[in-house]
Parts: sequence; structure tokens; C-alpha cells
Amino acid sequence: MSEFIYLTFDGLSRGLVYAAFALALVLIWRAARIVNFAQGAMAVSAVYVAYSVTNATGSYWLGFAAALLAGLALGVTVERVVMRFVDHSSPLNGVVVALGLVLILQGVLGIVYGNEFLPFSTPFSRDAFEVGGVAMLSRYDLFVIAAVGSVVIALTLLFTRTAIGLRMRAAAFAPDVSRLLGVSVGGMLTLGWALAAAVGSLAGILVVPTELGVHPTAMDVVFVSAFAAAVVGGLDSPIGAVVGGLIVGVLLSYVSGYIDVTVAPMAVLALLVVVLLGRPGGLFSSSKARVA
Amino acid sequence: MKRMATAALSVVLLATAGCTNDGGGGSGSGGSANVPGVTDTEIVVGTHMPLTGPAAGGYSKIAPATKAYFDYVNANGGVHGRKITYKIKDDGYNPANTQTVVRELVLQDKVFAVLNGLGTPTHTGVLDFLKTNRVPDLFVASGSRSWNQADKYPGTFGFNPDYTVEGKILGTYIKENLAGKKTCFLGQDDDFGRDSLEGVQKVLGPVAAKESYVTSNPNVGPQMGALKAAGCEVVVLATVPGFTALSIGTAAKIAFKPQFVVSNVGADPTTVGKALGAGAPLLEGVVATNYLPLNTDDANPWIQLFKKINAEHNGNAEFDNNIVYGMSVGYLFVQALQAAGKDVTRDKLLEAVTKNGFQGPGLIPLRFSATDHSGYGGAQLTKVEGGKAVFFGTPYTTDDAEGPVTAYQGQAVTPPQNGVPAA
Amino acid sequence: MTTIESRPETATKAPPGAKRRRRVHPVIVIALGAVLVVALTYVLPPFRNYQLATVGAYFCVTAGLTVLTGLNGQLSLGHGALMATGAYTLALAQNRWESLPLSFALAVLVTTGVGAVIGLAAARLRGPYLAGLTLAVAIVVPSVTSTFDETFNSDQGLSVFLEPPPEQYPMEQWQAWLCWAAALVVVLLLALLVRGRFGRDLRAVRDDETAAKLAGINIARTQVLAFVVSAACAGVAGALFAYLAQSVSPGAFPLTLSLFLLMAIVIGGLGSLFGALWGALLLVVLPALSQSVGEQTGSQRLEGNLALIVFGVVLVVVMLAAPGGLASIPSRISRLIRRNR
Repeated sequence: MSEFIYLTFDGLSRGLVYAAFALALVLIWRAARIVNFAQGAMAVSAVYVAYSVTNATGSYWLGFAAALLAGLALGVTVERVVMRFVDHSSPLNGVVVALGLVLILQGVLGIVYGNEFLPFSTPFSRDAFEVGGVAMLSRYDLFVIAAVGSVVIALTLLFTRTAIGLRMRAAAFAPDVSRLLGVSVGGMLTLGWALAAAVGSLAGILVVPTELGVHPTAMDVVFVSAFAAAVVGGLDSPIGAVVGGLIVGVLLSYVSGYIDVTVAPMAVLALLVVVLLGRPGGLFSSSKARVA
Repeated sequence: MKRMATAALSVVLLATAGCTNDGGGGSGSGGSANVPGVTDTEIVVGTHMPLTGPAAGGYSKIAPATKAYFDYVNANGGVHGRKITYKIKDDGYNPANTQTVVRELVLQDKVFAVLNGLGTPTHTGVLDFLKTNRVPDLFVASGSRSWNQADKYPGTFGFNPDYTVEGKILGTYIKENLAGKKTCFLGQDDDFGRDSLEGVQKVLGPVAAKESYVTSNPNVGPQMGALKAAGCEVVVLATVPGFTALSIGTAAKIAFKPQFVVSNVGADPTTVGKALGAGAPLLEGVVATNYLPLNTDDANPWIQLFKKINAEHNGNAEFDNNIVYGMSVGYLFVQALQAAGKDVTRDKLLEAVTKNGFQGPGLIPLRFSATDHSGYGGAQLTKVEGGKAVFFGTPYTTDDAEGPVTAYQGQAVTPPQNGVPAA
Repeated sequence: MTTIESRPETATKAPPGAKRRRRVHPVIVIALGAVLVVALTYVLPPFRNYQLATVGAYFCVTAGLTVLTGLNGQLSLGHGALMATGAYTLALAQNRWESLPLSFALAVLVTTGVGAVIGLAAARLRGPYLAGLTLAVAIVVPSVTSTFDETFNSDQGLSVFLEPPPEQYPMEQWQAWLCWAAALVVVLLLALLVRGRFGRDLRAVRDDETAAKLAGINIARTQVLAFVVSAACAGVAGALFAYLAQSVSPGAFPLTLSLFLLMAIVIGGLGSLFGALWGALLLVVLPALSQSVGEQTGSQRLEGNLALIVFGVVLVVVMLAAPGGLASIPSRISRLIRRNR
């Protein structure tokens, strides 16, 4: 029982990170109809910025803020300089350009920082509180929950309660009409990318200290899990991303704990097959999947 | 017809690629009896290393250190008047890349020998190729027992004590000092983990619980959880540095504090401590082994020499045990070259290595002989105290079979005055 | 192979004159290619022959992938895993029965079977959902090899038993012949296949599923078949990789391999078999070139990473400047010339 509780909490805490990352993917997908394969590399770049700032100033929080700002800036740059000029006649083009960006970012990071895992510590202890001898959550887990929770709430408020959020949604769903109504569609797109990249950076800075450290490829595995989460939830649904992230996190934790870590990727595959064969547009797809 | 032009163009491209770096290839003549990679003024040697990719951490510093030692020797007149050129190729720890870069070294760069190729899965794939081309394959950087097959691969020699030998020594430590404690094992899911476990169990009998990990999954939470649940008091780690840090850090996270006993491969406190970051104090009291002088032992003449070379020829890189390792490999190779004589050939080099008798930084002798191609035959125990590893007890030697673990009484030697082994 | 009208825009935008170009029969092109390759193997030094062999092995899989993704519009990020299937089958069969032809046949057969299973699932999925599923397939390789480590020996992989080639031929020349024999056969079959009714169906499904359905094409069957054909090619390539490396291990089939394959065919020119050749060539030449540049600058950090940047920049630039890929550049140029005349 104690192992079950520990695994559940561990899975939920990790699942929240996947959820944040999946949310970033969903934001861009809804805005631009591009699966941003460069999300992981962009997040790692932001974490490296945090690493440099933290090392220079000695303050985790300055690094944390720097990472989010770097994420915003990177999102704007990627959209304005590259993605805007991609020919969208085939969905493949965006994917391929994003993959190209991954290579460029990872190459540059490797040259600047070297291909070694650089240590990155957490601001709070990762020692789990014990309740009646059962390890539950650590302070760091609570921090992760709070951080991801506030992002989800902030995004919900932004999209449902503010004029700018409404404009962003309008620009994404009906660009031509929005343009006629005076919405700056291009500007909204840029804003969407910036927001998504910042959320992705948050996920990055939350997950990297719990693994081997900062490395140009540190987010690759997270990207795959988060992408699976987004697909399971349905790429059009932010709620789906959060639920999908939690499902994937908990599933991975149970499988690793009760069977074997090596089985984990197979479990992700199995989950995708089961969900997608039942609902080819993900769990929370609003429209029925296209039946050709 | 345009398609034809495309085809022709692609051929031209391939041919151009063929010519761009052909320059150095054909210059192997003029030396003694036309030995590949040897001229009157130069000896070309090559290696494959993970400079990028997940395994690069720590290990990427080895080859540059070896090169720095060679540069030092070159600055002091070289070996028999020849300068050593060390070609370092990055294989990213991907066996497919190792195939390509080793072929490039042998067929294109015409190296005299391959030195210190790193990694079990990577190097296993090129054994046959090197044998077919009769290229000496010296001092492989891994403790797999595959390098010790004198009949099958007469040109291949190891360097590290093999993992079983080391496992037996770690087992002996536990038997003598931690008797009666529940001993468990976490190892990499390959020859490294398996051979090491075999060594430990040869001494201790079956361990109470054993777990494994794969490098592609940086999460050992479940394994540490299982070891904690099994009530382990001693945990033997056959892990690479990143995973040593991860295991110790994860254990602390779940309030699991056993005595850790770690294989040399993953025990360098500088590398592991860096990976642990703020958690570095967790390393205190960790027991491991080493067979070369420790980087922090400033009184050791070898360390003084290597530090000097590191400052002069290696851009003063952070001095850790990977650098000690790399320079020790360089020293041994120069010894072998010196012993092979002025009219060096590949056969003469192998003869010299087989004859052995090398005395260098190692705490125990190398085992090279006509029938034994494994490297160092033992190691000494270390313990982390005040953030530094320190030796305790005496060095042990043993074999990978049922032989006893015995204390080694030989004296350590000091480096020659100029730091270059004599002919 | 000259017959494939590849990219969507050639079908729609190409001037009417271009279509009436006389087509050379694929057999002739392949025969010429074979002569060229054999000639090359006598001219090139051994290491270049090995690289040539690697190009041949890559060509098998890029050709198959370009038919699937370019002509049928199905995105696969999991072809590296299919190659691993072929490679491991070859290794296991070879170590057991020591007969190369048999092992090759088994490798192709098993990979085709696996491809059929994935293809069945893939036929229900579109766009990013298909990408997600195949991505999960790509990362499952190390997981499978370590879960069933008694058979696959985990991260360390298996070595492959191989007979040495006949005495009179150097190893590398022999390897180049074998790889290119396989590649040319694969490409010939593909070229013949896609110029017929099957190719028309593939394109029809890609361009408009509803219209294709109205025209009486069985959509799901066409898609599954495309996946099966493409998987068989990946199986051949995987087997060749195992043969070349004399070993198989999950490290040789990482996620990046799957991604690189996709990028190669996009840079080369989607849907074009010549584009696949370009892609295969780039996969070998680009890393080699940038490594030698890195070596000359003497910076260790540059060495591996420069290749990544070069690959990435080429990819982005090609996508932005010439979405038809390298294979479209000659026709673009000739179109320009014709227009200016």
C-alpha cells in the first residue's frame, strides 16, 4: 500500500510536468496547426539560460525568471523568423522545419555548453514527507503542483475572461473573419507562440533538476511522453492535455514500479494504440474523427 | 535527360567528398619498411570516444588528456625521434558510428594502431574489422572480458581491471567489513552489470536483491524503491557516473541510506559530485576502488607530473580522474612504443605489449602475457572523506575465475625525471 | 524511376509541356546505375567504398519512406524501429543458421509483418496522431531489447556472424556491391510499382480521400499496403545495417535516426526516388564533411555538434526556399531557363 501511494504521488507530480508541456504543444497546435517538435529543444535552451543566470547570480529565482523570459523571447523569434515563412500546404512542412530547429538548437547548445550533463539543483528539498512511515510528497513536488496549477488557472482565465484571450481564440479559429474585424492575426499568432514557449520552458525548468541535469537532449524523453499525453487528450483540447499528462505520468510510474522501468515506453505505445484506435482524435476530441 | 544529369551530379558529389580529406591518407610511406601510420618523423594513432551524446559526460575528457600527454612527449623529442599524432573520432556511443569512424581511421587515415577505444557495445562491433586489417587494438577503455581473448583476437588488449575482478574485490570488502548486512545490487543491464554482479557473488554468494537500469531511461526511482522495500543495508552500484549520482540522489529522496559500494567506472567523486550538485555531501563515506593514483593526491609524483602536463598541454582542464586515466593510457602506450624499438612494426608493438614488464602509475601490475590480454589485475579500495576519495588498506589482485583475492605487496614506482618513459 | 511525377505542385503547377517529356524506362536507369556503382567501387579507396555501401543501405529505406510519406501522405517517425526489426532478425537468424540469403529473407519477412500491424493502426489515424503513434514506436526499441534481454541482450546488442567475402575481393568493395544490389532491386521494384495503378491510387488517396473513395479506391487497403511496402524496404535497409556493422544494438537505431530519415527525404524532395538518393547521400556526406571541418578547427565541441547545425540549417533553408527539395532544383532551373527563352 505504501508503495502504491508513493508511486501515485510520484506519477502525479511527474504527470503535471507532462501536462504543462503538453499544454504548450496544444497552444501552438490550436494557434498555428503545427506540432512543435522543437518544443523540447526550446525548453532546454531556456533551462540553459536559467543555468547561466543562476550560476552567475547564485539565485535560483533569477534563473527561473530568466528561463521564462527566454522562453517568451525564443517563441517570438521562432515564429517571426522561421515558422511564419513555412509553406503550410502540407502539414509535414511545419514538422520538418521544427525538426531542423531542434538540430540547430541542440548543436549550438552543445558547442556553447558542451555535451555533458550540468547539475541543476532544486530550490526546495526533494526529500519526501513521511506520513505514518509512508513517503508521500516532497516540498519540491508541492512547488511543481503550485507552479503548474497556477499556469493552468492563468491560461484558463486568459482565454475565457480577457479580450486578448478572446482575440487569440478568434484568430486561431477564424483568421479571415478576425482580420476583417480588426484583430491582428499575425500578432496573436506570435503571442500564442510566445506563451506556449514560456509554458514549455516552465515544464523544462521543473523537470530537469529531477533527472540527470541540463543536457542538449535532456528534454527528448519528456517531449515524447508529453506528446503522447497531448495526443491521448486530443490536440485541440487544453483540458485533454492536462488529463493526458496526468494519465501518462501515473501510468509510467505504476508500470516502472510494479513491472519494470524498461517496460515504460511499451506502456506509452500501448496506451496510444488503445486510445487512438477507440478515438482517433484523442479522448477529448470535440469533432468526430474524419472517416474517409 | 535531366534526371540523368542529377544522377551524374550526385556521383560527382560523392567523388568530391571522396577527395576532400584524402590528403593525409597516402603519406604513410618513407618509414621503416612501409608500416601504416609510421614515417621517420611521425606515428599516427587513433581512437573512438563519445564526445557527444548521453555517454559523453566525464568520458569526453579522456582522449584529450591522452593527447595532451602525447603532446608533452612530442615537445620532449618524441619517441625514437617520431612525434605521436592522436586522431580522436567522436562516435557518440552509437555502435553504428563506431563502425564508420574506425574504418575511417584505419582505411583513410591509415593509423598505426587504435588506442583506448571506449565502450563495450561500441568496441565489440569493430573487433573483427581490426583483426582482419591486422591493426593493433590496444588498451580498450572498458572492463569487459571480451578484450581478453588472446586466441580469437590476438591484437586486442584491455586496460581496466575487468568488472568481475573488481566485483570480487568489492565483495571481499563487504565480507570483511560489513559482514551480516543485507547486501543488494544495482547494475547496468549489460556485461558491465552482469560481470560485476558475478564477481560480487563469487565472494558473497547470492545478493538479497538485484535491480538493473538502462542508460536510455534516466529514472531509477522504482529500483531504489524496491531496494528500500527489500531492506537492503549495503548497495553495490555497477553504474556509470551519471547513474551513480542519480541512484544516490534518489535514495536520499526516499530516505533510504544504505552503505554504497561503487564500481570504479562510476565512482569519480569529481564527476559524480558535479552531477549531484547541492547533493554532493551524500557521497561522504561511499566506498569504491581505483587502480591509478587519485586526482586529489597532490603528494603523489604521478599526479604532480600529470597536473603539470594538464596545465601546459590540456588548457588546464578541470583535473579529475578521467584525466589521470587518459594520461596513464598515454604513458603506457609510449612505454610500449619505446619497448618496440626504433624500427617499429605492428608485430613488434604487439610483441612488446605481450612481453609486458611495464611499470607506471598503476598500483598493481598489468597482466599482459601471451595468454592473458586483460589489463590491470586488481585495485585498491577508496572511501570518500571530506569530498575527496582516499585510499585505504592495500591493493588487491585476483582473477576473473575462482582464484583468491590476495593483497599485493609490490612497491609503487615514481615517474622518470623528465616524465617520458625511457627506451 | 524517372517516371514518378512526385510532388503535389508538379501535378498542379507544372507547365503542360513538362508532362509530355519522354520517359526512360526504370530498368534502363537502374542498369546504368548498376554499371556506375560497379565502376565507382573500382575507383574509390576502401573507406569511400564503405561509405558508398552505407549510402546504398540508406537508399533502401529512404526510397521506401518517400513512397509512404511523399506519395501516400502518411507520416512515419518510426522507420528507425522498422530498420531495427530487420537488423535484429538478420542477427538472430544469422547466428543460428549462418546463411546470409535466408537471414535476409527472414529479415524482410518479419519487418513486413510488423509493418502490416503498424500500418493497420496507422490507416485509422491522420496527421499529428499518426506522428504520435509512430514516434512511440520509434522509442520502443531499447525498451523491447532490455525487457527481453535474454534474446536481444539489452543495450549491448548482438554481434552478427559473417562469412568473410571471397578472397579476391576487398571487404569494402564486396559490401558496396551487396548493398547496392539490394538498393537497386528495391528501387526498381518501387519504381515499377508506383508507375502503375498502385501509384495512382497512392496519390489519389493522398490528395483527396473522398474523391479517391468515389473513384472506387479502397482507402484503408491502399494505406496499409503503402505501409507494408515501405516497411519491407526498411527491413532490407536494417538487415544491410546489421551486415555492415557486424553487430546490432539499440544505440544504432535511436529516435534521431527515424527523424534523420524523414529529413533526408524532405531535403531530397518528397515523393521522388531521386530525392531519396539525394537524401541517402546527404545522410552520409554531411556528417563526414562537418566532422572533418570540426577536426580542422581543432575544437572538440565543434566536432559532433557542427554536423547537427549544418543539417538543421540545410533543412530549414531547403524547406523555406525550395519546398520541393533538392530533386526539384534542376527542374526549377530548367523552368526558369525555358521561361527566359
